[in-house]
Amino acid sequence: MSHPAPTQAAETQPPAKRPLGGWMGYLLLAPAALWLTLFFIVPMASMVSTSLYDPTGSLESGYAMTGHVQNYLTVLADYSEQFLRSLMYAGAATIACIILGYPLAYAIAFKAGRWKNLMLVAVIAPFFTSFLIRTLSWQLILGDQAWVADTLRSLQILGENGRLLDTPVAVVTGLTYNFLPFMVLPLYTSLEKIDPRLHEAGADLYASPFTTFRKVTLPLSAPGLVAGTLLTFIPAAGDYINVELLGNPQTQMIGNVIQNLFDGGSYPEAAALSVTLMAVIVVLVLLYIRKAGTEELV
Amino acid sequence: MNRPSARGGSRRRGPTGDSSADRLAAEIAAQFATLGGRPGFSRRSFLRTAGVSALALGGGGLLAACGTEGTQQTAESCQSTDISAEEKELIFSNWPLYLDESDEGGTYPTLEDFQTQTGIAVTYTTDVNGNNEFFAKVRNQLGACESTGRDIFVLTDWMAARVIAGGWTQELDMGNMPNVEANLVDSLRNPSWDPGRKNSVPWQSGLTGIAYNAKYTGPVASFEELVTRSDLKGKISLLSEMGDTMGFVLKLIGSNPNDFSDDEWAAALAKMEEIVSSGQVRRFTGNDYTKPLNKGDLVACEAWSGDVIAMQYDNPDIKFVVPTEGMALWSDNMMVPNKADHKANAEALMNYYYDPAVAARLAAWVNYICPVKGAEEEMAKLDESLVGNPLIFPTADDLAATFSFMATDTKTREQFDKEFNQVIGA
Repeated sequence: MSHPAPTQAAETQPPAKRPLGGWMGYLLLAPAALWLTLFFIVPMASMVSTSLYDPTGSLESGYAMTGHVQNYLTVLADYSEQFLRSLMYAGAATIACIILGYPLAYAIAFKAGRWKNLMLVAVIAPFFTSFLIRTLSWQLILGDQAWVADTLRSLQILGENGRLLDTPVAVVTGLTYNFLPFMVLPLYTSLEKIDPRLHEAGADLYASPFTTFRKVTLPLSAPGLVAGTLLTFIPAAGDYINVELLGNPQTQMIGNVIQNLFDGGSYPEAAALSVTLMAVIVVLVLLYIRKAGTEELV
Repeated sequence: MNRPSARGGSRRRGPTGDSSADRLAAEIAAQFATLGGRPGFSRRSFLRTAGVSALALGGGGLLAACGTEGTQQTAESCQSTDISAEEKELIFSNWPLYLDESDEGGTYPTLEDFQTQTGIAVTYTTDVNGNNEFFAKVRNQLGACESTGRDIFVLTDWMAARVIAGGWTQELDMGNMPNVEANLVDSLRNPSWDPGRKNSVPWQSGLTGIAYNAKYTGPVASFEELVTRSDLKGKISLLSEMGDTMGFVLKLIGSNPNDFSDDEWAAALAKMEEIVSSGQVRRFTGNDYTKPLNKGDLVACEAWSGDVIAMQYDNPDIKFVVPTEGMALWSDNMMVPNKADHKANAEALMNYYYDPAVAARLAAWVNYICPVKGAEEEMAKLDESLVGNPLIFPTADDLAATFSFMATDTKTREQFDKEFNQVIGA
């Protein structure tokens, strides 16, 4: 959402120099650095070490640090299916968010007129309700005896015994619903900054509306699209609540596996899986950013 | 594994900090208090706690590189104090739908009476939804000999065995519980994992069988039907409680759940995998099968007896079946964890619920097996229809037809759990 903002601020500021002196900069950084050290770097180090413990230990007997790298191989062999599934579901939800969110953000930015603020509030309004309640409500909407499933069955879209709840469709729907605002808001911020006169200029130069969109609007909104994609894809890939409430045993994502391993006391495997998930996502994001080539984003 | 320090816990209320971090935290807190123009006591103690825990966390992170210590405790290594006499309070964690509620909901008549009689204020929380899940919440505190913030929690036999074996519970004083001494049914007096019931008292026992919603399906007679009948495909749930579900699967392949070999276990797992990959099972649940079963999202499921009887009051279409394979029998046990401050109050509560009249009131609402002698006679005064109900007052013959899952050491049990979870979360 606020991604473009810091860049702008950095550009408009005079080159950092003088009056504060060197130490002031460090002092200003200190709270955040302390926070990051305590709540990111230290836990991260702890998690990586845990992932290398001897998996035959237990809470009662303690874990021995043996540098057991095989943990990573074991979890990859055992849970690669859930891994791929997580990436697929998160990818599907991200695409669905773009399809739903782009026209919405476009409409708010260019067509909403005086309704603009109200529509923005409407995008965020669901956040005033608990995440859990919103997801649980989908159980009611998608239930076997609810009218959505009934109607789809009578239209022969769903089979005689077909269902919506506890299927991959329900999981992706839940993910899409829950992460949609994270797509809309950054998109809106990018789109809103586009000067409408550029559209007029496009029309004056005999570009069709579609060409104008393709050559002008889309490239200019790319930073928002990239930011929205990341903000949707990353949390969706690690999500487990939506599967927990809307999925079935064959839709388990990597978050559910980690949760189960952790509940069952298999700390080293759970840690190895978490580290792997993190690494995979970092690599994917780096590839994506490089491909998208939006320097102004970073 | 961060072990959020015994220091943070024990010195939380100390008037002055004695490490430099404490002093710093106190100073910052004082600054805050003047800024706010109010005494800000809670903020100060919060900040101090936060400062100390942050430091401990840092230490934990570095220590993690060398592995973790064992967490076994003994009465000597982890001593608790009892302030029941000064503080008439009790914090009780239990499973949902496991205590009689008033018709309007929200209040618990038997518990209210206990509070009036004894003057002990009880904080009752239904935050136990699964044994593993609850254990995950408290195991770090238990292992580090810190307070879990609870005076009583209730766990099923195998998990209670694990908690007691860790030395994580306080020994109970039978002298404070004459009703338990007199009225506990004989069959539960001497479990192998807690001889003489030194550290635990049964809350309720129960049976695992099958429930179905007659509005949406015909009778389901056996576990085998439940997991194979094609018209039930995608409309049933099984319990995520490993012992219950695998007990039935072991029965299915002709093994004895109470005594099986590694090969039989492997065969049962393979069978389970086959059931899951057939798409028969819609989900694996804890107590949360009740709502979907009511609504018809599930038409049949593996279920706990008391839940189902209770559901029948509101929805007569819900039926409970004793599967042809038999039923699983289990008990849930009250324990007082280490560092709980109100052991005597806890014992007073345990004693109270072993009064047959109270036990009958409880059983009439929760509908599980009542472990209290004399409750059936008392039940006659309350609700004639429940007297002789084999699901609440089973006879020795009834119990002979039940099975329970093999007791194992923690390591084996963890392995079983892990393999089971791997299969059900395909």
